[in-house]
Amino acid sequence: MAIGLAHYLVVGAVLFGLGLFTVLTRRNAISILMGVELILNSANINYVAFSHYSTGNVDGQIYAIFVIMLAAAEAAIGLAIVLAIFQIFHTIDVEAAETLKD
Amino acid sequence: MQLSPVIFYLIAALTVGSAAMVAFSRNIVYSAFSLLGTFGGVAAIYVFLGADFVAGVQVLIYVGGILVLILFAVMLTHRIADVQITNRSVGRIPALVVIGIFIFLLIQSIRETPWAKAKEIVYAPTTTIIGEWFLERYLLPFELASVVLLAALIGAVVLARKETRE
Repeated sequence: MAIGLAHYLVVGAVLFGLGLFTVLTRRNAISILMGVELILNSANINYVAFSHYSTGNVDGQIYAIFVIMLAAAEAAIGLAIVLAIFQIFHTIDVEAAETLKD
Repeated sequence: MQLSPVIFYLIAALTVGSAAMVAFSRNIVYSAFSLLGTFGGVAAIYVFLGADFVAGVQVLIYVGGILVLILFAVMLTHRIADVQITNRSVGRIPALVVIGIFIFLLIQSIRETPWAKAKEIVYAPTTTIIGEWFLERYLLPFELASVVLLAALIGAVVLARKETRE
């Protein structure tokens, strides 16, 4: 069976599900960031797959490059926030850092 | 027999398997290193899709930048000695059920939907046209991206520096 658009979309869907699972269940802030990276990667697979099979031009690839750029910025800011939380609470468990609720 | 479907399935298995490792591993160091397999597999999928430039960017930025940054954060913030408590996760069973149903629905809708098809599928170098479009059609987002990156750079420094009080 030839590889088509659906195969890539299924890989993207499974990757998205695993990323969502990571974000939902982890209590470690860095693990949650890893889940967000998985979700962004799955979105990128879909962009590039549609660009290859559906439109035939490079619009989707350019969007994927923008998403990669934003993911880099997000990782830098997210990890800076994690470091700041670690300096204040001496843990990166997100349940320990809920003093904003009180 | 064609070789490329076999390679595709191997790469897809590597990608999904490493992602599952990220999601289920008890040790955060294993999770962080499994991201290497996922990012590399996604780069290989881009190669399969004829997106050579995006594959290069993926390797440069994800594997060379973000992954190293995450590994740095893992090594800096947790005590590697006590492995058991480093990667706590709660509510796995309900989350697994919900995500399973969700993935099933996604795959069903992928199979049912009549996707648009390109007139012809081309495998051509993309770097030239991406460069041209960045400076013509996508000039404003391209310039905005540099401002966003500058803001992220300054923001990260401000957030991560030690607070010094008199």
